[in-house]
Amino acid sequence: MRSGSRLERVLRLGRFAVTAELNPPDSADPQSVYRRALVLAEVCDAINATDASGANVHMSSVGMCAVLTHAGYEPVMQVSCRDRNRIAIQGDLLGAAAMGVRNVLCLTGDGVQAGDQPEAKPVFDLDSISLLRTARILRDKGQFLSGRKLEAPPRLFLGAAENPFAPPHDFRPLRLGKKIEAGADFIQTQYCFDVPRLREFMARVRDLGLHERAFILIGVGPLRSAKAAEWMRAHVPGVVIPDEIIRRLKGAPAGRQWQEGKRVCIEIIQQVREIEGVSGVHVMAYRQEELVAEIIREAGLLRRRHLREKEPRGGM
Amino acid sequence: MSFLQNSPHLLERAYSATSRALSPFRRWLKPGGRVERLFVGVEIVTKRPLFDCRMCGQCVLHSTGMTCPMTCPKNLRNGPCGGVRPDGRCEIIPDMPCVWVQSWERSQRMPVYGSDILTVLPPLNRQLSGTSAWINDLTGIAQKLPAGWSE
Repeated sequence: MRSGSRLERVLRLGRFAVTAELNPPDSADPQSVYRRALVLAEVCDAINATDASGANVHMSSVGMCAVLTHAGYEPVMQVSCRDRNRIAIQGDLLGAAAMGVRNVLCLTGDGVQAGDQPEAKPVFDLDSISLLRTARILRDKGQFLSGRKLEAPPRLFLGAAENPFAPPHDFRPLRLGKKIEAGADFIQTQYCFDVPRLREFMARVRDLGLHERAFILIGVGPLRSAKAAEWMRAHVPGVVIPDEIIRRLKGAPAGRQWQEGKRVCIEIIQQVREIEGVSGVHVMAYRQEELVAEIIREAGLLRRRHLREKEPRGGM
Repeated sequence: MSFLQNSPHLLERAYSATSRALSPFRRWLKPGGRVERLFVGVEIVTKRPLFDCRMCGQCVLHSTGMTCPMTCPKNLRNGPCGGVRPDGRCEIIPDMPCVWVQSWERSQRMPVYGSDILTVLPPLNRQLSGTSAWINDLTGIAQKLPAGWSE
């Protein structure tokens, strides 16, 4: 164990892990966080606090994690390189660890152009890989990037993102290897709507032995309607939705498309679970926490409590 | 110019030849003087048209498929982001091919330095912006890593 993280413990015990995304509110009231977190906490092992995802401003991830740890929840703090330089990020990592955050997801971040304030200055002082290495230096060497010693290092379980569905496809598994080399202990992927593509990706990952060096959680989520799917495909960076899925949604009557979307999501979870090297799923649905909880229940993931392996996996 | 960019094996040979040719003169190559101003001028007129160089002062072209990573809108030096469009274009500038899609393709055609694309690169030293990458490389300034980073 590197971190005292509950998510890490679940994964090392060989249980199929479930994480869910909590989109921060546009609110200064902690109750707005708790209302949403309560729904998710019952059904998942850790809650991801997004960091201005899609470059839209909301409550900060570090603030939301403070609120969550205060109430005993297990957050995964997402840190993006878009808005802060290395000085701010290292300080935030220490502050977050001091508040009890044990999981950090290191991201590059969407461009400012994708959000509601495209006039903003993009920072990108670090990239996701140098951020991972920086966080590992804080944890393992007990130093800042500058070499200055820490009084007490942060105990963190370090995560990274991967998108198996975006080009250049043959570089993606190698890039995942680079992230693990830089310090990633776990991986959460972009939305998976193309299971055959994921199978190809995971085959390469297994060839490289990467699934034995980091825990891989596959991103999944429901599509509300064919129209929403088309919008997402066109506007959300990195989301790839095959035409076949959109046709399937269109086939359902107008008011029922969300149910079909939910069914597709549950099917994908079940298929993904069978792929060797997959350690869990990460469920995302923008501000639809109840739906996420239903999906986790109906996919049979609450009965996942049996051990797949008896001993915790060592050597990672 | 795109002919040269699409011939990364020629560019990598030119890089290693230049490196070898300049190496004996290392003693005279110092930052901050007239020699550096000359180098900066030469780098601007050669690397800007060729690579759309942004004068970061820490050239890593041989590790990035002879494609300048600073032209990526996110300045990514370690690989593509997750936002690359299915047609291989940039998430932020839809008319632009993703720098890293090109970088990866070109690195596959570079027998000497191609595999350097797998190396984890340190964060940029922003103090070197606008200085001569050749002088920084040959004097070892560019290789000086943040103290915590070095193993």
